[in-house]
Amino acid sequence: MTITRRHLLALSGGIAATAALSACGTNTGRTSASPTATGGGASAKPNLSQWYHAYGEDGVQDAVKTWASEFDGANVSVNWVASDYEKGVSTALLTDNAPDIFEYANGPTLDMIKAGQAADLTDVVGDAKDSFTPRVMERLTYQGKIWAVPQTVDMQLLYYRPSLLAKARLQPPTTLDALVAAAKAQKTNDMGGFFAGNDGGLGVLGSLLIWGAGLEQISADKKSAGFNDARLYAAVGTFKSFFDSGALLKGASTDWSDATPFINGETAMQWGGLWDLPKVKQAFGDDVGVLPFPSTGNGGRPAVPFGAFSSVVNAHGKNVETAKQFVQWLWVDSEDKQVQFSNAFGCHIPAKPKLFSEADKVASGQGAQAAKFVSDHGFVDDLFWTPAASQAYSTALSNVVKSGRDARTEFTAAADKVAAELKRVNG
Amino acid sequence: MTAPVEVHARRRAPATNAHSRRRWFWVFVTPFLAGLVVFVYVPIGWSAYLSLFNARNTVTPTDFVGLGNYAYLLSDRLFLDSMATFVVFALIIVPLTFACSLGLALLLRRIGVLQAFFRSAFFIPTACSYVIAALVWRMSFFNGARFGLANTMLRSVGLDPVNWLGGENHWYWFVLVTLRLWLQVGFYMILFIAGLNAIDPQVYEAASLDGATGFGVFRHITFPLLRPTSVAVATLLLINAFQAFDEFYNTLNTVRGYPPYARPPLVYLYLISFGDGSQDLGIGSAGTLILTVVILAFSLAQNRLLSIGADR
Repeated sequence: MTITRRHLLALSGGIAATAALSACGTNTGRTSASPTATGGGASAKPNLSQWYHAYGEDGVQDAVKTWASEFDGANVSVNWVASDYEKGVSTALLTDNAPDIFEYANGPTLDMIKAGQAADLTDVVGDAKDSFTPRVMERLTYQGKIWAVPQTVDMQLLYYRPSLLAKARLQPPTTLDALVAAAKAQKTNDMGGFFAGNDGGLGVLGSLLIWGAGLEQISADKKSAGFNDARLYAAVGTFKSFFDSGALLKGASTDWSDATPFINGETAMQWGGLWDLPKVKQAFGDDVGVLPFPSTGNGGRPAVPFGAFSSVVNAHGKNVETAKQFVQWLWVDSEDKQVQFSNAFGCHIPAKPKLFSEADKVASGQGAQAAKFVSDHGFVDDLFWTPAASQAYSTALSNVVKSGRDARTEFTAAADKVAAELKRVNG
Repeated sequence: MTAPVEVHARRRAPATNAHSRRRWFWVFVTPFLAGLVVFVYVPIGWSAYLSLFNARNTVTPTDFVGLGNYAYLLSDRLFLDSMATFVVFALIIVPLTFACSLGLALLLRRIGVLQAFFRSAFFIPTACSYVIAALVWRMSFFNGARFGLANTMLRSVGLDPVNWLGGENHWYWFVLVTLRLWLQVGFYMILFIAGLNAIDPQVYEAASLDGATGFGVFRHITFPLLRPTSVAVATLLLINAFQAFDEFYNTLNTVRGYPPYARPPLVYLYLISFGDGSQDLGIGSAGTLILTVVILAFSLAQNRLLSIGADR
C-alpha cells in the first residue's frame, strides 16, 4: 500500500478529530468529589450529584448549594449546567456519568420513563400528594405512578394596562373576540394593540388556541389528536382575522418572553411570563392588569400555560434510595426552602397552594391572580405531545394563518401525523 | 511530523529496505487510522444500525423496526418540505455566491492599488462565526421592530416597516441569503484568485496578439482555464448549502422553538430527534443517512454536469 496525498489528508482529518475530542475528554460535565463534605463522618456517606439548569436570577446557585450541604444523608454535589441543559441531561443518562438527581421541565419525558431512566417517586411524595397543585401533580403522573416532585411553577399570562382600557371604554377581554376588539381600540400609530412574539404569536399561542376552544392536544386514550375539531377551525379563523387586521403587533424590540415591548409602550397588551411581573409593576405601578388567554366559541374556557421544573431521580444511579431521601427532604418536606426558591429569586409560584400566603410576590395582587389562574385554568403540554406532534400542529397552524390555507385540510393532515406518531410512541 | 523520520531513515541505511518502510508506515498511520475508525467509521456504522431500530433514549436499542424509520421520514411532508427548502436555498445561494466571488476575484485582479487591502477586507467575514453574524443580522439589521436598522431606513423613505423573519412573507430568504453571502463570498473569492493566478500569462498575451479583448478573453480563456477551480467551488458551495444549520437556527429559533417555515433538512432532523429534550436516535440516524445519499447524488450529478466538454 502506498500513501497518496489523499489518504494522508483523510487520515490527518481523523487524528485532528481524535485530538479535539480527547482534549475535552476529561470534562464530563460532572463535578468532582463532593465539595460539601463536613466533619469526620463524611467519608462514610454516599456521594450524590444533582444537576440544575442555570437559573438567570442571582442567588439561586448559592442557595441550592447551601441546601445540598445541609442534607445529612449524603454528600451532595451540585452541578450548574450553563447551557443546553436538557440535551446534556438526556445524553448523560446514557452514560455512567449521569446525575443521581436532576431537574427537568414538567418531569421526565415519556421516553425517559419508558426507557426506565426515571425512578418511581410515588412513595417519596406519599401523603403530601394532595398538598401540591393538582394540575401540576397530574402532569407528573403516568400510569398511576408519580415520576417527579415539582420544585416551582412558572406560567404565562396576558398583561394589559387598565388605564388604556378605560380610555377605550372597554372591560378586560374574556373572549378572543373581545381581545381582538380591545387590541383594535387601543392601537395607535406608534403602539400596537397586542403582542405575542415576532412570529405573530403563533409559537406561544398555538396550544392556547386548542385549550381556549375547549379542546385538548391529545385525546384521552392517547391514541389520536384531540385538536382536529370545528371549534379549533373557528378559533384559528378568528385569530387569522386578528393576524391580518393590523392590530396584532408582529415585530418588537424583543420576543414575547421579555416584557420590554409592553414596558416601552410598543404595545398596549402583551402575552408574557409571570417572571417579568416585578419589572412590569416597577414600570407601571398599579396600572397593570393580568388575564388568562381568553376563551373562544361555545364550550371555550380561559387558559394559561404553566411549567414546573421538577426533581427526577435517575433509576440507574448508584444510590437510588439515598437520592430519593434527598428529594423527599428538599422538595417534599422542607417548605421554608421551597418558599425561598419560588420567592427570593425572581417571581415564581410555589408548587403547594398552602405556601402562596408565605410567598409575598404571589400572596396578593396580580401575583395572587396568576397563582389562581394556574390552579383554575392551568394547562401544560401533554406527556404525549412529542416534538413530531408539535411540529405537525405548528406547521398546520402557520399554513392556515400565514398562508391562508384551508383549516380543515391542514389540521386533518396534522392530526393524521399525530396519530401515526402516537402509534409509534405507544407501539 | 514526518521530517525527523526522513532524517532518521536517511542516516540509518542508504538502501532502505521494504520491511522497515512498512513498519514506519504503520507506526505513523496507526494513530490516524484508529482515530478515523473510532470517530468516523464506527459512528457511521452505528448510525446505520440505529436507523433500523426504534431507538428513543438509548444507543443500544432492542426494538427492531426494519426500514420503518425510513418509511416514516419519506412519507413525512415536513421532511419533504425541508428538502424543498434546501433546494430553494441552494438554487439561490450557489449561483449567487459563485457569481459574486468570481466577480470580486476578477475585479481585484485588475485593481492596481490597495489590492492586499481589498482582498483582506472581503476575506475577513470568513473568520466570523455564523452564530454571531446571525445574531447581528437578526437583532440589529433585520429586526422586525420599526426601529431595526433596515426598517428605519425603509421608514425614512416613507415605506412601511417589514416583518423580516416573521414568516408571513418571504423576506426571511433575503436575510438568510445575504448573511451567508457575506460570510462565505471572501473565501471563494480567494479560491478563484488562486485559480486565476495559475493561468499562464502567455495565454493572455497570445490571445491579445490575436485580437481578443474584454468579455471574449473571459469567455474563451479565463473561464475555460478556471474550470478545475469552478468545479471545486460549485461542489463545496452545494455541500455547504446542504449542511446549512447555524444561520437558520440562530436567525429564526425563538423561546418557543423553531418556526414551521424555512426549515432545512438538518434543522428539521435536529428538531424531531432532539427537540424539547427528546432523543429519537432511530429517526435521526435514518434521516442523516438519507441526507448523505442525497448529498452524494447531487455532488456526483453536479460533477458530471460541470465536466461535460472538459478537456480530456
